[in-house]
Amino acid sequence: MHTSNAPVWTANTIDEALRLRAEHPDATIIAGGTDLMVFVEGGAVQLIEVLNIWGCEGMSGIEANEKGIRIGALTTWAEIARHPSMPDALRECANTVGAAQIQNRGTVGGNIVNASPAGDSLPLWLALDAEMEVASIRGSRRIKASDFWVGYRKTALEADELLLAIHIQTDVRDRLYYRKVGTRMAQAISKVMLGGRLRIENGIVTEARVALGSVAATPIRLMTVESSLIGKAIDSAAADLVAQEITPIDDIRSTAEYRTSVATRIIRSWLESEAGQQ
Amino acid sequence: MSPVGTGVPRADGPAKVTGDALYVDDIRPTGCLYGATVRSPRAHGKILGLERDPNFDWNGITVVTAEDIPHQNVVFLMTEDQPALADGLVRHVEEPVALVAAETRDRALAAAKHIRVILEDLPALLDAEIAENHEIKIYGDDNVFKRITIDKGGQVENGIVIEGEYRVQHQEQLYIEPQGMISVPREDGGLTLLGSMQCPFYIVKALAPMLGHKRMNVVQATTGGGFGGKEEYPSMLAAHAALLTLKTGKPVKMIYRRDEDLRATTKRHPSVIKIRSVVGEDGTLLQWDASIIMDGGAYNTLTPVVLSRAILHLTGPYRCANQHLSGVAVATHTPPNGAFRGFGAPQAMFAVERHMDRIARHLDMDPVAIRQHNLVVDGDISVTGQVLTDTGAQVVLDQALEAAEAAVRTPHKHPGGGIGRYARGRGVALVFHGCGFTGNGEAAIKGKVGLELEGRCVRILTASTDIGQGVETTFPQIAAAELGISVDRVSNAPHDTANVPDSGPTVASRTCMVVGGVLQEAAKKLRSALQAETGLDTNDFDDLLMARTNTIPLRVQAEYVDSGKFIWDNDTYQGDAYPAYGWSCSIVDLDVDLDTGEVLYRRFVSATDVGKAINPVIVEGQIEGGSIQALGYATYEEVVLDDQGRMINDRLTNYIIPTTLDSPEMITRIVEIPYTGGPFGAKGIGEIPMDGPAPAVAQAIEQATGVVLDILPMTPERVLAGLEIST
Amino acid sequence: MIQFTVNGQPISVEARPMTRLIDVLREELRLTGTKEGCGEGECGACTVIIDGIPVNSCLIPIVQAQNTVITTVEGIAVDDNLDPIQKAFVDFGAAQCGICTPGFIVTAKALLDNNPKPTRREIREALAGNLCRCTGYQKIVDAVVQGMGSD
Repeated sequence: MHTSNAPVWTANTIDEALRLRAEHPDATIIAGGTDLMVFVEGGAVQLIEVLNIWGCEGMSGIEANEKGIRIGALTTWAEIARHPSMPDALRECANTVGAAQIQNRGTVGGNIVNASPAGDSLPLWLALDAEMEVASIRGSRRIKASDFWVGYRKTALEADELLLAIHIQTDVRDRLYYRKVGTRMAQAISKVMLGGRLRIENGIVTEARVALGSVAATPIRLMTVESSLIGKAIDSAAADLVAQEITPIDDIRSTAEYRTSVATRIIRSWLESEAGQQ
Repeated sequence: MSPVGTGVPRADGPAKVTGDALYVDDIRPTGCLYGATVRSPRAHGKILGLERDPNFDWNGITVVTAEDIPHQNVVFLMTEDQPALADGLVRHVEEPVALVAAETRDRALAAAKHIRVILEDLPALLDAEIAENHEIKIYGDDNVFKRITIDKGGQVENGIVIEGEYRVQHQEQLYIEPQGMISVPREDGGLTLLGSMQCPFYIVKALAPMLGHKRMNVVQATTGGGFGGKEEYPSMLAAHAALLTLKTGKPVKMIYRRDEDLRATTKRHPSVIKIRSVVGEDGTLLQWDASIIMDGGAYNTLTPVVLSRAILHLTGPYRCANQHLSGVAVATHTPPNGAFRGFGAPQAMFAVERHMDRIARHLDMDPVAIRQHNLVVDGDISVTGQVLTDTGAQVVLDQALEAAEAAVRTPHKHPGGGIGRYARGRGVALVFHGCGFTGNGEAAIKGKVGLELEGRCVRILTASTDIGQGVETTFPQIAAAELGISVDRVSNAPHDTANVPDSGPTVASRTCMVVGGVLQEAAKKLRSALQAETGLDTNDFDDLLMARTNTIPLRVQAEYVDSGKFIWDNDTYQGDAYPAYGWSCSIVDLDVDLDTGEVLYRRFVSATDVGKAINPVIVEGQIEGGSIQALGYATYEEVVLDDQGRMINDRLTNYIIPTTLDSPEMITRIVEIPYTGGPFGAKGIGEIPMDGPAPAVAQAIEQATGVVLDILPMTPERVLAGLEIST
Repeated sequence: MIQFTVNGQPISVEARPMTRLIDVLREELRLTGTKEGCGEGECGACTVIIDGIPVNSCLIPIVQAQNTVITTVEGIAVDDNLDPIQKAFVDFGAAQCGICTPGFIVTAKALLDNNPKPTRREIREALAGNLCRCTGYQKIVDAVVQGMGSD
């Protein structure tokens, strides 16, 4: 019980949120609170002031149309898991975030903006080539997922910007995959996460995205693995290149050796499975 | 119908499902202060002083150090080596050095953070395997808490020699309710201590030397799990709360946060076990030599007794004419290890069962066949010279194998949409567990039980606490069955040392078997007293009540009487080590994810001898819960220490226990081989479920993948490393 | 002043806005049935239902409770009549030490309110955010199956 004295500004609309963000650039933002409250209780974060955007109108919910899917930043994982327009891989991802209570409160945007190396969903956004819709009182812009996480717990957001939504495209030619490895089947903190996408045209891979989480300070794409996949039928031998592209670390949860080995193996299994389905 | 043998709903159930049950943190005496603990940041050091941050607002904060202790600075358990607050020297990281009290929890925690312990670092000894006779001294002149050797038979000349080494880790009890205690000043200058605990009278004994008196009563609040973790540690917390009350004159509440609880409280003893066996070509055990080194941590606590039980289980439930066992429990500069369900036996059984697998592998025998070939039967002689009777190894093995023939019922879901490769395996482990205290323990304690007649109802007075294992229900069942009345007319009185006799501690799977037996005697005494009072010789309780001419409450007390049937020599470790043994066979079905080394439990079968199930539903709950705790021990639970011996994975995100999705479907077969000394034949059941699952999992992983693991926990990292070698 | 409804009662509390909901429930409102096992959303003992959805009350600042409808374990039984889930927990031995039980009851209640006929697998998924160290979970799952009753 570490009751903070910090004042809280609550935004009910996006305009209000952006204005408050501009006025209080030092404010810590709280959405579902599932990460922040843990940090505060544990003493890892000292709150100076807080911007509460939970319940802010226009920032949650999923819109799907022929142009793509827009996921509001405050959409919870439970909403993602239930939504019929969501790709299976994203649903699988949503089901592995914490457990039910966390999925009911934790938001997609929180996971993205927190920028934890172990953030469950991050490699999947890389695989999806997601675009982050961000805004400030100065206007709005889009940031590609591949440009969004710039360092350990650092994002490309400017001090006055908020993440409003995530945009993804789905394509019938795409094979999408998500796998989280975290020892437990629920409430696991990931040791490795894989987000993958292969675009197959006439039996040939024309686009490949292979992204990993928990193996570096940020989620990363494996460019060498990706390029070795392109221009031919799916070849699981690409997995042999994984170890050259990542340099994970030993930490309290696992070892570098394990992460490298698992990353290689789950990528190989995925590619073999996709090849087998062709 | 007799209340014994039926699944009577738990007496404490309604209060627990509605939120009405009061746990220690739910109780807030008027004017209560909150306490917090200042702890050592280092494993070993000389205390030079305490520094209070001058920028912190110390208004309203009370600080207690060793200097404030009125008499002896000791929390007494088996020995007097452990201080309530470190004085001059710290011997383990997180050792309590000072205490603070404040009007709010926030302020108390903040104040504790603003006191710095200034230490001169001394070299720390953290490795148990080199601790004995090490130049750094922690305990005595050799760092040995206890040494035990037991020999039976001699040396065998011919045979196949098979040797193995087995390593097991710390395990945290992880009761879901963290430790907590409230101290309240009494008008007579004494104290009331109210808290989460297993053993109220331990606290009286532990605090008396420190306070210099016994003017205290200890009351158990509803307790959110113990598993041994609330056997001895609550005495430390009670000492601290009491010291703060002495200084402030006010009630003081101390509730550990989860991280503090994980870092500071006792764990299961890590151990290294070596076994050298000599076997015949057919797998017959000809000689069995086993030794164990057990890490006790910085203070004695209960370590000698844990070692004792470990050694007495180092033979497994197997026959062998020549057995040589030895063990040593040593001191290290780590937080003291202590009681945990199984109490040394799970460590021993893991090693024994893995060694049986090793023999089977060596001889190319089936793991079940090697067990079948060597298991003890009636008339076999144990390592201590005890003639074994009513053995159940064969029947639990048969029952488990039969139960395991059923198909796995619950569909199984692999992560990642099922992509990947899995290997399926089954493991079988056979274990035994000595019920109750070792040797003469009960004769020394002489547990007492009171019964009080109030109108048409009977109240049971014991210090045997309910920590989830169901004694609020099973005790009334035993008394009601003996008296021939319905169970709803019998209840347990609150466990307050001011009102109940000392029935001994709530440990060692002894409550139902031993205290329950004394309770049955007390019930007989109550009936006799009524017969004497009324002059009737009927056994009908209601007829006796009707014949009473007064309504004066009647109170009787019974005490444990040694049957004289069991002889034990504690110096030579010869004789009847336990009055009875429980037997259990665990069969686990699992999948190993060949990409990740993760183990997915599909189904767990247990056939366990309980003597007599007083309440089958409660017995199943004990077996199932203990088994899952043991599956956690097998594959998930690992205490990671830094270079000061501090647990760094001190959160539930990184000290992980099984969730609903990690826990398999379970089939629980209750086997009843009655123990004539127990009430209605009941034996101890609390601990034996902890013994078999871990080795069964190891065998299943081996069967599935060929990966041989003789170390716990069998983490995905270890399984995958094995797979990398074998593929 | 933050206003919300707890177990049907309108409540106004004066509290620092970042105070955890669990602390307001336990310390201010003395609704101590909601338990704290870890303080970080892992054990689920503090689960309450907010606007129909089970959440960890240790992770919610009171400011986010404004205008919500909250049910705690004290609000599950109606007029001293145990909910079928509560009765099943008693009958099936699904509560042992009981410290996790309020969280399980509340989570199970929310599950059955939203999905009256879950499969055993769905029950296990819904309860995966609640840790129990006593039962091994089987009796809890059995109790929830019983608690949904039969048509």
